[in-house]
Amino acid sequence: MKVKVLSRNPDDYVRETKLDIQRVPRNYDPSLHPFEVSREYTRALNATKLERVFAKPFLASLDGHRDGVNCLAKHTTNLSTLLSGSCDGEVKVWNLTKRECVRTLQAHEGFVRGMVVRHCGTSFFTVGDDKTIKQWKIEAPAYGEEEEPLNTILGKTVFTGLDHHRKEGVFATCGQQVDVWDEQRSSPIRSFTWGVDSFSAVRFNPVETELLASCASDRSIVLYDMREPAPLKKVIMTMRSNTVCWNPMEAYYFTCSNEDYNLYTYDMRYLDKPINVHMDHVSAVLDLDYSPTGKEFVSASFDKTIRIFPKDGGHSREVYHTKRMQHVICIKWSADNKYILSGSDEMNIRLWKANAAEKLGVLAPRERQAANYSQKLKEKYQHHPQIKRIANHRHLPKIIYHQTREQRVMKEARRKKERNVRKHSRPGTVPVVSEKEKHVVTVVK
Amino acid sequence: MAATSEAVVNPAHVEKTKKPPARYWDEPQEGKDENKVGKDGEQTGETLPQKHVEKAKKRKNDEDRGDAKKFISGKPDPFPGPAHISKDRMQKFKRRDKTKKIPRQHYKLKDMMARSDEVSEMAQKQAARIDLLLPEDAGFLEGDEDEDTCTISQEDISDAVDITSASKYFDLKLSQFGPYRLDYSRTGRHLLLGGRRGHIACIDWQTKQLMCEINVMESINDVKWLHSEAMYAVAQKKWLYIYDSNGIELHCIRKFNDVLRMQFLPYHFLLATVSATSFLQYLDVSVGKEVAAINTKTGRLDVMCQNPQNAIVHLGHSNGTVTLWSPNQKEALVKMLCHQGAVRSVAVDKTGTYMVTSGMDKKLKVYDIRAFKPLKSYFLPAGASCLSLSQRGLLSAATGDIVQVYRDVWSTPVTKPYMAHRVQRTVWGMHFCPFEDVLGVGHGEGFTSMLIPGAGEPTSTVWIQIHIAVLSRGRNGRLRPCWRRSTQSSSPSTPLSWDRWTKPPSSRSTKTGSKLWALIHLPKKSLFPGIRRRVVVLPAVLKGARDKWLMRT
Repeated sequence: MKVKVLSRNPDDYVRETKLDIQRVPRNYDPSLHPFEVSREYTRALNATKLERVFAKPFLASLDGHRDGVNCLAKHTTNLSTLLSGSCDGEVKVWNLTKRECVRTLQAHEGFVRGMVVRHCGTSFFTVGDDKTIKQWKIEAPAYGEEEEPLNTILGKTVFTGLDHHRKEGVFATCGQQVDVWDEQRSSPIRSFTWGVDSFSAVRFNPVETELLASCASDRSIVLYDMREPAPLKKVIMTMRSNTVCWNPMEAYYFTCSNEDYNLYTYDMRYLDKPINVHMDHVSAVLDLDYSPTGKEFVSASFDKTIRIFPKDGGHSREVYHTKRMQHVICIKWSADNKYILSGSDEMNIRLWKANAAEKLGVLAPRERQAANYSQKLKEKYQHHPQIKRIANHRHLPKIIYHQTREQRVMKEARRKKERNVRKHSRPGTVPVVSEKEKHVVTVVK
Repeated sequence: MAATSEAVVNPAHVEKTKKPPARYWDEPQEGKDENKVGKDGEQTGETLPQKHVEKAKKRKNDEDRGDAKKFISGKPDPFPGPAHISKDRMQKFKRRDKTKKIPRQHYKLKDMMARSDEVSEMAQKQAARIDLLLPEDAGFLEGDEDEDTCTISQEDISDAVDITSASKYFDLKLSQFGPYRLDYSRTGRHLLLGGRRGHIACIDWQTKQLMCEINVMESINDVKWLHSEAMYAVAQKKWLYIYDSNGIELHCIRKFNDVLRMQFLPYHFLLATVSATSFLQYLDVSVGKEVAAINTKTGRLDVMCQNPQNAIVHLGHSNGTVTLWSPNQKEALVKMLCHQGAVRSVAVDKTGTYMVTSGMDKKLKVYDIRAFKPLKSYFLPAGASCLSLSQRGLLSAATGDIVQVYRDVWSTPVTKPYMAHRVQRTVWGMHFCPFEDVLGVGHGEGFTSMLIPGAGEPTSTVWIQIHIAVLSRGRNGRLRPCWRRSTQSSSPSTPLSWDRWTKPPSSRSTKTGSKLWALIHLPKKSLFPGIRRRVVVLPAVLKGARDKWLMRT
């Protein structure tokens, strides 16, 4: 007879030394692993719950300004440096790793309206209410030397915004008109006007570096090409925009933060309709910044919250708020995609995590693997009702919660009224206008 | 193209023609043009400016693809493409069909679904390929030309196999405490024996190490391991008790009374119990709460099994029906009329496809559980009182004191058993050991462990994890479960002596390290060469009241 009985040699299964890893031969036969889907669902549920448990985004508060923080500037090459300008003309340079102020200088009399670091990272520009543009060195002056700007340009009118070209030595300011300056000259090389007398923000496109966008007080956003003598086109909306920001990955998308509590993402080529309307704030949106990956952006609003939106989503995925944080005036997303910096009315700059439940620091390979697996599980099961309910749950301050509800009721009422009017009038007289089209008045070339 | 060739030609006319060094990919060709066309990049790479070099390389790559065979050195691959995977192996790992294409779908959704289909197929292929790498093969038993496998005795098999496997065939003579019920833990490493008259023993049956041994002073209906070898449940005369693997009573659950049979659902941590009062109760062992108590209203319940794939409990009744229960519903999910007399035993296979039942009408029936269709019906001269299905589909049926093992009961019509064995007394409980080729039989004279080649699943991660945990005790043979630091360090060969039982129960260590001394039918090729046949009667363990017990008997 021929007989073989299962007998396992322990040498094949037990590791040789305790420094080796265990030998684990896997059998993937589905009949040995019942309840696959249920077990995976339970893991996804636990992962979602744990994410909420570990969601503690607030990291630190940078204290020191003596008046509200008006603008922030990221250092272009150094991740740990941050510049902030306040409403009393003070500019502070911070070291984010030590979370302390490295240098303070009195830049302007009056508000510091705009700040930007030059692309090489050795100097930065500031504009203020005293109609000047000043260029400063990043390094602190040596012992005994006085704080002196490298260069000062006097202008005729107040400048309200500033941005620097990504590659060349050119910068743009906005005030009564949009000016493009060469660093060596003391008068603008080009000035753009289009019948408006006040611009609030100007931005260079990080990808198509010759393009500019600016927000004007006639509720419009104007696009310029630096090489052309006249502005390209403009889109007029129902309410004024506060800031505009270009998507660092997609050359033709920009997002503007509007006074009607929304943000609009436009494709530069087709300005008649925004690509997306991002609705979630309950008060005017003051500032916004894109993540360096271009997939998300963060917005700061007059209601005392910060919201993170996905670039193609209508609603925010995350909201940050603190009792002590008052109206958030300026916001920046750090260049390593991990942190968000917000400057607010109460003289504090706050450092937040971009992913609230993320573990910072160096992760062991298994930790990273576990984190990746949980992330994938959450994404796979994100549409399940129970998991969606847990993942979307956020605590909101009572005021904002009630205001959100109130605004939802108002919107619903308006929609209902429009529907009724359409129902009771001659078909065709009341056209259906999509939500996106509603906010654009016209596009002017 | 023309520009570069001209650039080559012109210097060639004026200067001395330099012959470029021969390369292995060069075809020995006379045609100058062909040379220029194909090898422009290589020959004049250094002389041409950067742009031309890049263009030439690109051209060469394009042409390479066209006549790739020309440039391979050595023999061409006789089996081009990826290795072939057989269809049945692919089918084994198939989880679902490709998602149907809905006509008007969002482009993003379509994209995502196509991608997930691809990933699913890739996973299926990889799993099918890895199947080749499993370290072990299943066992088998083949008779000679005229020999029937059912005539081969256990002694013959244990003589023919290696020492380790031969030691897996043994008898435990435990005649004092009644017929024995048994349970193997999930990994198959630990065995729990429960005698009708109250004797309980937990053994690591492969090394014959005794984990604990107690007498609960009451009659025992059933014993079951819980989620690991740390705890087990005993259905005693009145109530349900839970013990630690050291023999310490952890819980006495009075809500569960008159329990006759138990099943543990491992993925839900639920212990399903059926009682003489026709109640089916589920106990959550992780939090210790009763999840459901269902009044089945079908009389005394003592035939029970579970479907491992979906954790449905099958109960057999005295009117010939088999009912299926889930803790979510108060009514039976399905009621099937299976036999013309009472149902004596039910078993479900590990894939959850087939159910085998045996009844008082001496029939053995096989059903397809998924479609609730009867497949086969066999006649046994004496009905089978116990049934058990192994992981690889072997069915063991016990009639009286004879145990018969059948192979492939549901596919091919079976005329004779695969193997047969006679034990000392009537069989009371029977289980296949999960990852071994072993069948454990509990009978009136104790316990027998039989070798059934081809019963166990050769590879599984579950088995390995626990094997590692147990094997990492070190080579001196002391058993140390990894998750618990055992404090005792007594030498393993101390025999149990009578003085030990006079100590108070708390300090009594029937823990790891003490061997189970019993009448062990050792194989001729002994593991311990000096010892031939040790015959020691198992001393009874008393719960501190030895005299009381003596008076009782």
